[in-house]
Amino acid sequence: MPQGIQVKDLNIFYGDFRAVADVDMEIESNSVTALIGPSGCGKSTFLRTLNRMHEVVPGARVEGNVQIGGVDLYGKGVDPVAVRREVGMVFQRPNPFPTMSIADNVLAGVKLNNRRISRSDAADLVERSLRGANLWKEVKDRLDRPGSSLSGGQQQRLCIARAIAVEPSVLLMDEPCSALDPISTLAIEELISQLKERYTIVIVTHNMQQAARVSDRTGFFNIENTGDPGRLVEIDDTATMFSNPSQRATEDYISGRFG
Amino acid sequence: MTVGTPPAPVAAAGPRAADRRTGSHVWGGRVFAGLSYGSGILILLVLAAVAVFLVVQALPALTADPTELEQISWFRAESLLGYVGPLVFGTVLAALLALAMAVPVSIGIALFISHYAPRRLAQGLGYLVDLLAAIPSVVYGLWGALWLIGVLDPVMTWLSSTLGFIPIFAGYQAPAKNVLTAAVVLAVMILPIITAVAREVFLQTPRLHEEAALALGATRWEMIRTAVLPFGRSGVISAAMLGLGRALGETMAVLMVLSPGLLFSFFLLKPGQHQTIAANIAAQFPEAAGLSVSVLIATGLALFVITFVVNFVARAIVARRKDFSGAN
Ligand SMILES: Nc1ncnc2c1ncn2[C@@H]1O[C@H](COP(=O)(O)OP(=O)(O)OP(=O)(O)O)[C@@H](O)[C@H]1O
Ligand SMILES: [Mg+2]
Repeated sequence: MPQGIQVKDLNIFYGDFRAVADVDMEIESNSVTALIGPSGCGKSTFLRTLNRMHEVVPGARVEGNVQIGGVDLYGKGVDPVAVRREVGMVFQRPNPFPTMSIADNVLAGVKLNNRRISRSDAADLVERSLRGANLWKEVKDRLDRPGSSLSGGQQQRLCIARAIAVEPSVLLMDEPCSALDPISTLAIEELISQLKERYTIVIVTHNMQQAARVSDRTGFFNIENTGDPGRLVEIDDTATMFSNPSQRATEDYISGRFG
Repeated sequence: MTVGTPPAPVAAAGPRAADRRTGSHVWGGRVFAGLSYGSGILILLVLAAVAVFLVVQALPALTADPTELEQISWFRAESLLGYVGPLVFGTVLAALLALAMAVPVSIGIALFISHYAPRRLAQGLGYLVDLLAAIPSVVYGLWGALWLIGVLDPVMTWLSSTLGFIPIFAGYQAPAKNVLTAAVVLAVMILPIITAVAREVFLQTPRLHEEAALALGATRWEMIRTAVLPFGRSGVISAAMLGLGRALGETMAVLMVLSPGLLFSFFLLKPGQHQTIAANIAAQFPEAAGLSVSVLIATGLALFVITFVVNFVARAIVARRKDFSGAN
C-alpha cells in the first residue's frame, strides 16, 4: 500500500559535518515528488534518510523525525532492514548484480524477504515486474543472461523491476536517468507516471524539464555557501514552482537553468 | 590500444609541442610494449627451461628397466609408475585436506576483516595475518612436530573412537604423525595467503552493489551473500589455488611432521601411510646418486604436471562463469 511521508525538523550529519538542516516536508501517497537543487546541496543525502540508507555510511547520523505511513522510521525498535523492504530505492548508476541472471536480479529482493517462492510464482513475478518496468518485451527471450549484458537504460529499468518486485510502498529514485540517453529517459519517465498509481515516488533530478514533466510537487534544496548545510527552500505544486515560486532563490535557480 | 597510434593533439599546445608529445608517446609506448613482451617471453623461456630440465634429467628413470630401479635401496615398487603413484596420491591428499580446512576459515577471517570488524581491529588483524605469511616453513614444521602433535593426540583419539566406524577415521595410532596432522600444519601455512587475497577481493566489492543489496532490505550477512561473495568468487578461487600450489610444494613442514609411507590409503589417522613428493625428494636426495637422482627428478616432474593441471582446472572454473563475473 502506498504511504505518505512526513518529515519534521530533520538534520542530517556526516560525523560532525551537518550536511542538511531543518527539513520539514509533507509528501502525499500516490504522488511524485521531485527534488531539485544545485550539486552538493544534500538531495541524495536527504533521499537516503527516507529508507535509512544514510546510516550505512560510517559516522553518519540523523536528528529529527521521519514518518512513513504514520510509523516513525527512526523510532526505537524499528529495524532498518524492515524499513528498506518497505521503501525501495533506485540509484543514479544502474547497479544490477553482475553475477546474477536477469530473472535472478528481479527476484533478488524477494528471495531475501520470504526465502521460498515456487517456480511458477517466481516466473509470474519476474514477468509482472519486468512488464511493470517496461522491460519485458526486450528481455523475455534472455532471462537467464547476466544482468550486466543489458544496455545502460535497460539495466536501470531492470533495477526498477528489482525494486518494485518486492512491492514497496514508497520508491526513491536518485537521478535515475542521469546516465541514460533521451530515449531511455523517456521510457523511464513514462514508467514513473504509471508507477505513481501504485507507489509514492520521490525522485531527485538535475533536469528541470524532467521535474516539470513527471512530478506533482517539486522541492527545491539550496546551499548558501560551501560548508553550510543544505536546506529545503520551498516545496510546492510543480506548476506553481515553475511558474511563480514564492522564493527568489527558487526563481533564480529555475530560470537560470532554463536560460 | 594499438601501439604507436598517435594521441589526438592537445588543442592548447602548438603544433610543434603536439608533435613532440606524440613522438615521446610513441617512444614510451614502444619501450613499454617491448618490456612487457620481453617479460612475457622470459617467463615462457624460464618455464620451458624448467620443463626441459625435468624431462631430460628424468629420462634415465623413465626409460630404465624395473630390474635396474630395484637396485636403489629405497625403491620398493614394481615400476616407476608404482613408485610415483602413491607419492602423487599422498601429495594431492595432504594438499586437498589442507585446502578443505583452510578455505572456509580464510573466507571467514577475510570477511570479518573486510565487513564486520571495526576499522582498528581490522587493521591489526590484517597485519597479523600478513605476519603469519612471513614465518618460514621450518618454523611451522617445528611447531607442528613439537607442539601440534601433542595437542592433536587427544582430539584424534576421540575422533578415532567415536567416528572410527567411518573408515577414514579408523585406526589412530599415537603419536599423531599422520597425514591429517600434516594437513593441519599445511592449512595453517596457507591460511595467510588465502586470507590476504580474499580480503583484498572482498574489499573491492563495488559499493554500488553492496548498497543495491542493502536497499532491497538485506541484512549484513544477506548483503555479503548477494553482493560480496559472488563478486569475490573468482578471486577466492585464485586465492585457493595459490594456497594449493604452496601446499603441494611444501617440503620442510611435511618432512618434519609426517611419518612416511607409500600406500594408496585413506586412513587419515594412521602413521606410515602417506608421503608427499616434495618431502620425499628432500628426504632421499642427500643419499641419492645416478639413477636414483633421476627417479627423484621424475617425481619432481610429476609435481610440476600436477601444479599445471591444478592451475588449468582453476582457470576453467573461473572462465566457466565469466559472463557473470562482473568484469564486463
Ligand atoms: N559519504 C559522505 N561522507 C561525508 N560527506 C558526504 C558524504 N556524502 C556526501 N557528503 C557531503 O554531503 C553534502 C551533500 O551531498 P549530497 O551527495 O547529498 O549532494 P547532492 O545534492 O546529492 O549533490 P549531487 O546533485 O551532486 O548529487 C556534500 O557537502 C557532500 O560533500
Ligand atoms: Mg546526489
